[in-house]
Amino acid sequence: MSGPSDYQPSNPALQWIERRLPIMGLVHSSFVVYPTPRNLNYWWTFGAILSFMLGMQILTGVILAMHYTPHADLAFKSVELLVRDVNYGWLLRNMHACGASMFFFAVYVHMLRGLYYGSYKEPREVLWILGVIIYLLMMATGFMGYVLPWGQMSFWGATVITNLFSAIPYVGESIVTLLWGGYSVGNPTLNRFFSLHYLLPFLIAGVVVLHVWALHVAGQNNPDGVEPKTEKDTVPFTPHATIKDGFGVACFLLLYAWFIFYMPNYLGDADNYIPANPGVTPPHIVPEWYYLPFYAILRSIPNKLAGVIGMFSAIIILCFLPWLDSARTRSSKYRPLAKQFFWIFVAVCILLGYLGAQPPEGIYVIAGRVLTVCYFAYFLIVLPLLSRIEKPRPVPNSISEAILAKSGKAVASIAVALVAAGALFLGSLQDARAEEGGTKPPGNSWSFAGPFGKYDRGALQRGLKVYKEVCSNCHGLSLIAFRNLGDPGGPGYSTAQVAAFASDYKIKDGPNDQGEMFERPGRAADYFPSPFPNEQAARAANGGAAPPDLSLITKARSYGRGFPMFLIDFFSQYQEQGPDYVAAVLQGFEDKVPEGVTIPEGSYYNKYFPGHAIKMPKPLSDGQVTFDDGSPTTVAQYAKDVTTFLMWTAEPHMEARKRLGFQVFIFLIIFAFLMYFTKKKVWADSH
Amino acid sequence: MTTASSADHPTRRDFLFVATGAAAAVGGAAALWPFISQMNPDASTIAAGAPIEVDLSPVAEGQDIKVFWRGKPIYISHRTKKQIDEARAVPVASLPDPQSDEARVKSGHDQWLVVIGICTHLGCIPIAHEGNYDGFFCPCHGSQYDSSGRIRQGPAPANLAVPPYTFVSDTKIQIG
Ligand code: FES
Repeated sequence: MSGPSDYQPSNPALQWIERRLPIMGLVHSSFVVYPTPRNLNYWWTFGAILSFMLGMQILTGVILAMHYTPHADLAFKSVELLVRDVNYGWLLRNMHACGASMFFFAVYVHMLRGLYYGSYKEPREVLWILGVIIYLLMMATGFMGYVLPWGQMSFWGATVITNLFSAIPYVGESIVTLLWGGYSVGNPTLNRFFSLHYLLPFLIAGVVVLHVWALHVAGQNNPDGVEPKTEKDTVPFTPHATIKDGFGVACFLLLYAWFIFYMPNYLGDADNYIPANPGVTPPHIVPEWYYLPFYAILRSIPNKLAGVIGMFSAIIILCFLPWLDSARTRSSKYRPLAKQFFWIFVAVCILLGYLGAQPPEGIYVIAGRVLTVCYFAYFLIVLPLLSRIEKPRPVPNSISEAILAKSGKAVASIAVALVAAGALFLGSLQDARAEEGGTKPPGNSWSFAGPFGKYDRGALQRGLKVYKEVCSNCHGLSLIAFRNLGDPGGPGYSTAQVAAFASDYKIKDGPNDQGEMFERPGRAADYFPSPFPNEQAARAANGGAAPPDLSLITKARSYGRGFPMFLIDFFSQYQEQGPDYVAAVLQGFEDKVPEGVTIPEGSYYNKYFPGHAIKMPKPLSDGQVTFDDGSPTTVAQYAKDVTTFLMWTAEPHMEARKRLGFQVFIFLIIFAFLMYFTKKKVWADSH
Repeated sequence: MTTASSADHPTRRDFLFVATGAAAAVGGAAALWPFISQMNPDASTIAAGAPIEVDLSPVAEGQDIKVFWRGKPIYISHRTKKQIDEARAVPVASLPDPQSDEARVKSGHDQWLVVIGICTHLGCIPIAHEGNYDGFFCPCHGSQYDSSGRIRQGPAPANLAVPPYTFVSDTKIQIG
């Protein structure tokens, strides 16, 4: 994108096109011969990683839209069914959901890199501002995408975030009504969010083109912040930068794939596996991790309007960065003070993120205020002041000179900082999940834990029996069809066994030719019938608390694992969300209520239930269900088996997922090594 | 561009490049598969396409019913003697898509014609009991089928397809 190119294809057909539309010349000059500074480090590969992620999100998003239904009554179910029924639906959904987190992770690295090396300074101001616009669009897109599955967090996140606009004086309420298309978040809101969520990524792609254009006009910044002067300072983009970026992407894919195949629910919120309920707000409304620092700023300011302004200014202020920091030296490598303050700023952001996930009370509020002041002080006081008083170290005359005096310390320190940041973010998420008033559930040895975990067939079959004879009296299993019992990776029944199992059930069908509903024996394609015709009936029959559907229960319940378990879980893949909790609640009933706990009439004491007062009476007792395979007929065995069964109903494709994951990892590791050596060869003559 | 310094092991270098390129190509191609495969019918659609049973007892002679199987209309005609005779009178060789009537019905149940009601031209639904052959007439581009569902006139290239079905009893068939 740097002016007319003298590129001439040799093929006459291509020449013919080139004379009329010089598109190959454009690509050639922008991505082949384009001179790239030869001292770029790996932090510069995040641009390519981001392009890759944008492409990935658009591709998987377009495909998910083929199977998704944007309707308040159907959205939740359509997401769950596409994961279960569509070929590789689980993979596409995980790619898209984890992809959003990966995209934000990469964008934060990319932004901090720009901040550290002064990539926003003259002549790259427009380039930087375009980047801030992309970031804003990403936040809007991510937010609206999170609403689409229409779970509890989707719904309440949408409510809270759209209500931000009600802070605007005079017109706030009308704006919110306009955004909702109703008097509350509802079906019209979901529909327009879907439309916009589909549109915005293409806007992002458009701004990315401008961003790259501006980049290619101004040229890339580099770790030393000195402009390339001679040929010796640069290398051609292809193959040097291409292969290095490719290696960066390959490494990034390893991280991405770990989430997709092994920990797809790690960054998600358990509450979002509960369908949206406009009548009940989850105890902690926590946005996705990538919004947490701004959420913390919002909550730190005790005035509604000021809080909203504070939150938005925290982002908008980035646009003014080129003028707030007027230091001539670009790279913090040569600015000893700026470097220290940069790391303090990073720490402030991470701590704000941590606070964003904590309950807004006590010390957290005070800490949040202090850090909010620090955040703004960095931009408004520290940077302007530093650019006046700081005495930078001498900058090398040229890039080639800098390479001779090269040191790799910065890379190591940034890597350490990133790991710490990741740990803190993950920790804060875990804390947000911690529920008060419940004892920590004891651990179990699950057959499905770990990278090679499989469901224990016997446990699945016994668990199905427990569900059928006990749980199904009150709890539905509405996302499971009888045919699923014969699916690979499930309880492993044959087609004939499934048909026999299904025919035991009476299924409502109709209307027939006379216009009447009738009952017929179940077929493999039917879904487990729910015990109550609707939620009101379920509520009325159960003392005011509707028994939840169990299809997703092991993912819809969670508890804080605490440090360091949440970190170990990430690698050991011990469980995905709440099997331990479900198993514990089933065994946590005690007749003797401990001292100091009062249980209201119609509730029962449960050691592990948050708040201890559960409406469900003790469901299981020894000997209640008989097993053919000689397994002990104890509550402990029942609880474990039915939890295994319910883990399968929540993650029916887990075995296929882990199997494919292993193959993908083998490939990616080999590929990353190949890329690494190829990169070394390509660069061999350039260092 | 690649400044090929041929001094250091040119073959090892080439092998590395080829291996990396091949790995990228194989990985990319394999990664495409899920994106294509997801377009196929999903498990619930396949399950919903399971065989169905149809009770024939309410269908009187000369009447027909239309049922749906896998989203396709299936015509079940209880043919009259006249219709059967007509269908069997034509010389098979003279037909555009030669097939005997006996081959299109189940022997012993010759009065029952079961065909997929989708015109073999471009997929419109022909109307029963219309046209010149006492069979079906497709209003889209004028294809005419006889009382055995065979193409007799018009642009359609083939006879109406017979779905897989069996007689469970004299008055009940299972389609699929
Ligand atoms: S579709 Fe029936 S004649 Fe063309």
